[in-house]
Amino acid sequence: MISLTSPVKTAAHGWPAGAKLITLAGATTALFLIDSIAGQAAVLALSVLLYALPGRAFLFHGLRQIRIVLPFVVLLLVWHAFAGDWPEGIRTALRMTSAVALANLVTMTTGLSQMTDLLHRLFGPLRRLGLPTGLIETAIPLVIRFTPALIVKGRFLTEAWRARSPRRANWHIVLPMALLALDDADRLAEALRARGGLHPKED
Amino acid sequence: MERNVAQIALFAALIAALGLVPKITLAFGVPITAQGMGVMLAGAMLGARRGFLAVMLFLLLVAIGLPLLAGGRGGLAVFAGPTAGFLAGFPVAAYVTGLFVEHARLRPVGLRAFFGAVLGGVLVLYAFGIVGMSIALGKTIAECTGMMAIFIPGDLLKAGITGMLVAAIAKARPQVVGWAAKA
Repeated sequence: MISLTSPVKTAAHGWPAGAKLITLAGATTALFLIDSIAGQAAVLALSVLLYALPGRAFLFHGLRQIRIVLPFVVLLLVWHAFAGDWPEGIRTALRMTSAVALANLVTMTTGLSQMTDLLHRLFGPLRRLGLPTGLIETAIPLVIRFTPALIVKGRFLTEAWRARSPRRANWHIVLPMALLALDDADRLAEALRARGGLHPKED
Repeated sequence: MERNVAQIALFAALIAALGLVPKITLAFGVPITAQGMGVMLAGAMLGARRGFLAVMLFLLLVAIGLPLLAGGRGGLAVFAGPTAGFLAGFPVAAYVTGLFVEHARLRPVGLRAFFGAVLGGVLVLYAFGIVGMSIALGKTIAECTGMMAIFIPGDLLKAGITGMLVAAIAKARPQVVGWAAKA
């Protein structure tokens, strides 16, 4: 499975993930403290500049990821244009777009292994409290392995449905998919036990 | 132990895989995805605790950058966007759904799962989602509720399908749906 990390290598790929997350948290908090439209516009312009620095491919890939805010931006602008207080609409739309853009920037420049390393360190205090955080770290690769497997099975089920029915499969394949997932879970549990089992208290 | 971890991991994977089932468009043009149904199923099938953990695991994978949300979305951006409240509500929705099916004395099994899914996957989920949206968009709760109202019929439909699915799974794999055997 392909993570959302950008294949275009930037200088930020090498920075520590923890520092990037703390900076993101600080920047997002600051967004809510800036009241002027000019200030908000400056932040968004700076974010777009950060996207543009590594080149066209990075910029377009990034813009594709943050277009999820587009319907909400349109909604805000239309709403406030009708209500008559358009400055508030523009300010909220700018703030929302910057928050999403900056968060996505961290995702695009931080690899999966850096993120899981960071999780391991963040789990440290919980681990010392005796919580079985090791189980979570065991489960992450299992999900990464089984998601594409289930997707392939879902695709086969859809094809089989199409061969038999002129109608669309839609939710009809959810039942067999859920059963396949449950059966996979049984086999996975057996395989884990056969390999010595899981020991939540060990690290 | 191994079975619990395996079921939690597989349900997290199922929720992700359901994001790829083609969208159904309701009669009045609102698209619905099967992903929300995965959250309801996790709560109704695995129960409150394990259902909650399965959804948390799914969100953790989304947060570290895997494109598992419907439409191939993921990463930290979705947690900063206006629909982040719905994501925060996902695990609670599964927990409440699970809590209901484990404790309500209601027959048949499908009906109990349906009410659980309506309570967790619709009422609780929308409460979180609407509060989150009201913060992000700077609108009142009432205005956001009005905006989201068009999606509620689709989610009620999902709760109905969840009920039917749980009834069918309780027949096909009775050992998994433990609460269904108790009165």
